[in-house]
Amino acid sequence: MAISEGKVAHVAGLAKLAFSEEKLQKFTGQMDEIINMVQQLSDVDTDGVEVTTHVTDSINTMREDNAVKGTARELLMKNVPEHQDGFIKVPAIIDENEEA
Amino acid sequence: MDYFANDLTSLHDLLVKKEISATDLTKETLAVIKEREQKVDAFLSVDEKGALEQAAEIDKTGIDADNVLSGIPLGIKDNIVTKGLTTTAASKILENFEPIYDATVIEKLKAAKAITIGKTNMDEFAMGGSTENSAFKLTKNAWDQTKVPGGSSGGSAAAVAAGEVVASLGSDTGGSIRQPASFNGIVGVKPTYGRVSRYGLIAFASSLDQIGPFTRTVKDNALLLSAISGADTRDFTSSKHEVPDFTKGIDGGVKGMHIAVPKEYLGEGVADDIKKAVKNAISVFEKLGAIVDEVSLPHSKYGVPVYYIIASSEASSNLQRFDGIRYGHRAQAVKNLEDVYVKSRSEGFGDEVKRRIMLGTFSLSAGTYDAFFKKAAQVRTLICQDFARVFAKYDLILGPTTPTTAFGIGEDIKDPVTMYMNDILTIPVNLAGLPGMSLPAGYSKGLPVGLQLIANQFDETTMYRAGYAFEQATEFHKQVPMIGGQN
Repeated sequence: MAISEGKVAHVAGLAKLAFSEEKLQKFTGQMDEIINMVQQLSDVDTDGVEVTTHVTDSINTMREDNAVKGTARELLMKNVPEHQDGFIKVPAIIDENEEA
Repeated sequence: MDYFANDLTSLHDLLVKKEISATDLTKETLAVIKEREQKVDAFLSVDEKGALEQAAEIDKTGIDADNVLSGIPLGIKDNIVTKGLTTTAASKILENFEPIYDATVIEKLKAAKAITIGKTNMDEFAMGGSTENSAFKLTKNAWDQTKVPGGSSGGSAAAVAAGEVVASLGSDTGGSIRQPASFNGIVGVKPTYGRVSRYGLIAFASSLDQIGPFTRTVKDNALLLSAISGADTRDFTSSKHEVPDFTKGIDGGVKGMHIAVPKEYLGEGVADDIKKAVKNAISVFEKLGAIVDEVSLPHSKYGVPVYYIIASSEASSNLQRFDGIRYGHRAQAVKNLEDVYVKSRSEGFGDEVKRRIMLGTFSLSAGTYDAFFKKAAQVRTLICQDFARVFAKYDLILGPTTPTTAFGIGEDIKDPVTMYMNDILTIPVNLAGLPGMSLPAGYSKGLPVGLQLIANQFDETTMYRAGYAFEQATEFHKQVPMIGGQN
């Protein structure tokens, strides 16, 4: 196996995803297959080859530093699941029933 | 309206001469969509009210005689944001998302007085090659409803192929315009990276994504691309390159054009019926006076692994924004803030999206970054260099769009790796930021075969000229699926 269930669970944590035990097993198998497929890249000699992270020919794109009108707050709130008095509402960071 | 018998130019003539009003054209289009959706299911939503309002407004102010898109109803892929019109990217996480602004391409289409008739189905967040990863519905191939329409822009392709609209917009990250165009026997173009603004395109892989047009003819495609191209201050990767009128000189022919055929594109894994159609296309180009040679793109076989690392890495970063706080699905049974993130994402994303987020997170994480992301970005350089070597001597690259014709619904979806291999011929074009086109070049067992033309960066003009020459010399684009009126 190129990747263990434990490693997949660790990556899921980093990605803020949760899986059931059964799903985790299935995903580990599929991730393993995908990682085996991509590992054929180790056959390629890339000594001294630069990385390509974008393909534009632009170097720096500048714009005029002009003040423009922002988006109205009520419009910005349109898709917010829960809000109150112009603020986005979220649950407490610590468990609701936990002692501080 | 019979979109099989009309193109943008003929429709424009009818509108200008007032033989049909924009309102009547829109009503007829809505009626055709209603009838044929029973077979193809290409649309996620149809904006009957908004489209009729737009049409009425155009009829009031008059058709713009200088603007071929004026009064024309178009389909828009559901990952392109439309103000006030639900935009889901075919994901449950955005099920009720109503954008507060228009994508730049939509602004341009509105300025040209084109009408958005509806939003088309797709693989969730454009991740997939069959449109089966949509959270909402299964779109069918216009030619055979037991086959997939391709993807990820399957809805946009099927809508044009079924004659529901004359043209539509899709997006292409690894083949998501060209592959469904190929599977549906129509023309689809992924422009040069930077040609079209990505502002308002829900990001999948930002160094690869481009918006592009689906049409039934090469000239229509050039017309639509001309309308949506150009620099945009809201997308700093959009290019300042001058945008030519892509139809200018389109009938110039291919005499003396140097065309390269990569031997890797006709190798193992490409079905015999596809090879046969491509070889026929080569002889058509030779008869028209082009000089065709075999070349090699030795690193193209690494395109799929490079793509899945790079695209998934960029996706894992782009999709962090879906956290249930500012928009999209928010999980209900939560104990704390961390729970909101994890549960909203786990409930909202489908399996393929999760797989890619996981692969991307893995590729970027400590300990694997060098062996995965960095390695892939280096091999990407070698793929770009392969193309640069060929374009130093040739005007155009020719090959198939896909290794096979459209596969059956449900056939590939269980095995992600098999599904990924379908993109082997389209992916290198995105990695190198080149423009690519798929156009009809034959039929096998009743299913369309696509020919892919690839040009150098910002040389869409050569690609359109060659595509037009091929189209005019062949009859493939005149065949239409047995769907709707003529049955």
